[in-house]
Amino acid sequence: MPLLDLDPAVVSRARDLAARAAEPVVALARAHTTVAVERATLRLAGITGADTAHRAGDVPWVNRVVDTVGEHCGLEHGVVLPVFHALREHDLGSLTDLAEATAAGQVRFTLPTGAAATRAGKAARTAVARGLRTVDRNRATRDKLVTRLGDPPQRPWIYLIVATGDIDEDVVQAANAARAGADIIAVIRSTGQSLLDYVPEGATHHGFAGTYATQENFRIMRAAMDEVSREVGRYVRVTNYASGLCMPEIAVLAGLERLDMMLNDSMYGILFRDINPVRTFVDQRFSRQVHARAGIIINTGEDNYLTTDDAVDAAHTVTVSQLLNERFAHEAGLPDELLGLGHAFEINPKVPDSFRLELAHALLARELFPDAPLKWMPPTKHMTGNVFDGHLLDGFFNLAGVLTGQSILLVGMMTEAVVTPFLSDRDLALGNVRYVLEAAGTLAEDFRPTPDGLIVKRAHQVLGEAVDLLERVVDDGLLTAIGRGTFGLMKRPADRGKGADGVVEKAEGYLNPATTLLDGE
Amino acid sequence: MDDNTTKGDAVTQNDPAGAPRPRHVRPYGDTTGDGMAQLSFTLPVPHGPRADGAAQQLANKMGIDPAMVVHSHPIGTDFTFFVVYGSVTHLVDLDAVRVVERDYPLLPPAEVNAALKRRLRRKLVVVGACIGTDAHTVGIDAILNIKGFAGEKGLEYYRELRVVNLGAQVTVPDLVRRARAEKADAVLVSQVVTQRDAHILNTQEMSAAFREATGAHCPLLIAGGPRFDPLMSAELGVDRVFGRGTTPGEVASYLVHAITERTAVPA
Repeated sequence: MPLLDLDPAVVSRARDLAARAAEPVVALARAHTTVAVERATLRLAGITGADTAHRAGDVPWVNRVVDTVGEHCGLEHGVVLPVFHALREHDLGSLTDLAEATAAGQVRFTLPTGAAATRAGKAARTAVARGLRTVDRNRATRDKLVTRLGDPPQRPWIYLIVATGDIDEDVVQAANAARAGADIIAVIRSTGQSLLDYVPEGATHHGFAGTYATQENFRIMRAAMDEVSREVGRYVRVTNYASGLCMPEIAVLAGLERLDMMLNDSMYGILFRDINPVRTFVDQRFSRQVHARAGIIINTGEDNYLTTDDAVDAAHTVTVSQLLNERFAHEAGLPDELLGLGHAFEINPKVPDSFRLELAHALLARELFPDAPLKWMPPTKHMTGNVFDGHLLDGFFNLAGVLTGQSILLVGMMTEAVVTPFLSDRDLALGNVRYVLEAAGTLAEDFRPTPDGLIVKRAHQVLGEAVDLLERVVDDGLLTAIGRGTFGLMKRPADRGKGADGVVEKAEGYLNPATTLLDGE
Repeated sequence: MDDNTTKGDAVTQNDPAGAPRPRHVRPYGDTTGDGMAQLSFTLPVPHGPRADGAAQQLANKMGIDPAMVVHSHPIGTDFTFFVVYGSVTHLVDLDAVRVVERDYPLLPPAEVNAALKRRLRRKLVVVGACIGTDAHTVGIDAILNIKGFAGEKGLEYYRELRVVNLGAQVTVPDLVRRARAEKADAVLVSQVVTQRDAHILNTQEMSAAFREATGAHCPLLIAGGPRFDPLMSAELGVDRVFGRGTTPGEVASYLVHAITERTAVPA
């Protein structure tokens, strides 16, 4: 039952503005491809593994092939036409053979025309469709397991992070966390992976403050959690990060290995990793199409704005970003039930009425997006190292979560900003969540903010400010707004940032069966 | 624990009342000299009397005697978590405490501006960045962004400072290039999330690169972050290191102090 009495006209105006702001960016995304989109396509077509003989260490075969095609005939027509043409011309048995021959310098890629182009296109479509069938099968398997084992018995679902750097150690920690009550396990990535322009290979054991996202690590964690799911009698979901320079490829790997949720924000890479805006929007659209196909819940990253900007002054930028993320997600085919829009409990606890303001912001998100599995993020900015204060703040965060009907609750650690969580920190944090859920889990039934009270007024104010900001974004253009530092105070011009050289404008006759199939054409 | 150390440091400074403070102190629970401290930890031992005894033994070895295991509970089947209270047998010798004392006056923003204007007759240029793979700009932003930290406005707020915040994951060559292009007087680098001493290596790489590129005209190099020890400036090759809890006002005051010292030396 709605508690904030939001004006439906204002809400629909906000959505309409978000759609208008997104439109030119979607057009831009459709008009370009990137090296990462092309590599993701080849992964769907079946290329796996890496060139272990390369002097730079393991270079994935998809990188070798896409880079070589780029050098020989450019990527503006897509990678599949030259690749499948070469496969036939050189009479090679598989794409991996082709990759090896490419690395050995034995392949000259050319753009086929006429009947050769038709033939190459058809072969590519067959190969990519096979990859998508694997994604479809995984989705069906997940549905079956959820039916058999069940979803978590309560909302919010409890989301816990592990990050040891070693996938084998992660499995131990994840299994313990799941037994202790975690419903979702996120394996945080190694620091800096978002800026690698390739996806590392194999099982990894030496990450920095996190574990590399690799296909094999995904497989290991999913298999281990399948086992634990049977043991605890509920389907334990696995999360990773489709962000950074390899967003599309990681989305594909997640689909191929049946991950369940992926961090995937429309602007995070631009703002917080200084990745080129066009690269990000192109990669983001493709990765979201893959997520939609795989039935993967995306988690957006609005919490990050509040860690750089003030959580009261910038509350409306969260709403704007949620509306944009929703628009971009819908456009890419993601339905509401896969939209884990993010927000966070980051108001300075010294601000008077800070908890009431948090409730206002959290309720606003809840009522603006009633069918989205909202992701509620714990305090980080005002965790000072005083773990006692931190534990109390986390308790209030948990309470705000249950009171406002949040869907996914990322468990806050009192040692946030101090150390990577100890075993005991996680245990105490889960104890905190359990206490609040058991003591106040159904309190929402009794929670009726006063119609003219601070919470309702504040929610209306934030929505109003969001509409104003969206109007300015529509007038200026989203890319200009980003360039001016509208979000998270970061100024990111459209022609700058990392990975810009991997963006290619599509030529007439560009072919990519993955985008064709995902667009439903 | 950190708080206690900080309070201990304060004692070594001049006592405003002029009264002598004791050189040796013990933790304070509720009575002077009771030595009471608390700690918590986990042992890889199944919960039970044996685990509690093990916790007691560890606390004794840490100098807590008598030690009270006031709480223990199992974490899974193989681990036990403990909370221990007890009196520590150790004394703290305040004369043996080594910290970097602030050797410059704290100035309010107006005085910082006035001093810089008088000294430079132009704005002082500050370039800041998180270097290496660290994506956590919370430290550099707390110091630079107008929003500031701990109730103090950031350096952007100071009229006589021109602040260029390059953000996160800036490479050292980029930082050197931008610092030279902007004619930086001071370069601030922040390292928040680091591992295996990456913050030390990154900072050393940064200072070496600046000295190679700029020689005698090297800008003031300042490193900051929670893992840094303020005593490390020589090892890091920087002019100053700021640790956890540093406020923008301290950095601004230091800039005035350092620039005054530099410009006072005849070129």
